Amino acid sequence: MKLKVFVTLKPGVLDPQGRAIHHALGSLGFDGVQDVRQGKLIELEVADDTDDATIDGMCRKLLANTVIENYRVERA
Amino acid sequence: MKTAVIVFPGSNCDRDIAVALEAVTGVKPLMVWHGDADLPKDVGLVAVPGGFSYGDYLRSGAIAARSPIMRAVVEQAGKGLPVLGVCNGFQVLTEAGLLPGALMRNEGLNFVCRDVALTVETASSTFTSGYSAGEKVSFPVAHHDGNYFADTETLDRLEGEGRVAFRYAESVNGSARNIAGLLNDKGNVLGMMPHPERRIEAAHGGTDGRRLFEGLFEAVSA
Repeated sequence: MKLKVFVTLKPGVLDPQGRAIHHALGSLGFDGVQDVRQGKLIELEVADDTDDATIDGMCRKLLANTVIENYRVERA
Repeated sequence: MKTAVIVFPGSNCDRDIAVALEAVTGVKPLMVWHGDADLPKDVGLVAVPGGFSYGDYLRSGAIAARSPIMRAVVEQAGKGLPVLGVCNGFQVLTEAGLLPGALMRNEGLNFVCRDVALTVETASSTFTSGYSAGEKVSFPVAHHDGNYFADTETLDRLEGEGRVAFRYAESVNGSARNIAGLLNDKGNVLGMMPHPERRIEAAHGGTDGRRLFEGLFEAVSA
């Protein structure tokens, strides 16, 4: 089973990299951009019988730092 | 006093902090590899050094914080063993849950590498007894991810409990409330972004950092 884990900064946590991307888009002439937030995509290949609790544990214990980040899992 | 310095792949301040510890304690620190499951016996202090452990993969300090030796460090810290984390060491300690909050990319996105003025916020901790509260000191910083973040409630609690050990005299990296160094609730764990081990000899441009190690050694030996 393939998993996609999306790790994003929590709302309200300053994202200087997103801000820099926003700025760079503006300097390329893309004016309509309201906001940019940068995150990570982590792709996992796991056994088909891996349960939700295990996947959640992987996210909480390592893949995301829940002090500053949220995560969302998509099963492919 | 026996001390230990944890060495991860990518640590690069391990030898500097070992020199600082030996200068003050007179005993060469034990260098402990990240893959070891246990700390050496009778160690009075553990230092988690600066560098780029595991190439900063995933997040700074994230992989190092899950290494076998860190399980032992967390366990011993829980029993009161003093643990000092500098720079990447501070990031490792937050990732390991020994200190609250997180260290994020610097607000200006620049790698900041220069001397910074700090205020010693408390002199009553094991780590800062060599200073007076309110004293100004100068240490070098060299980091990309030193922007301390915690929610407002946590920050208020940390301030209220006197757990901010060092504060930048001016904004350096966007850190919440200019926090540069932080103590745990029992006061036996200190994480800080600036490098006291780079201010040990007059030839380094000052000896402000030496007093941290001297005060610490005295407090731990007492």
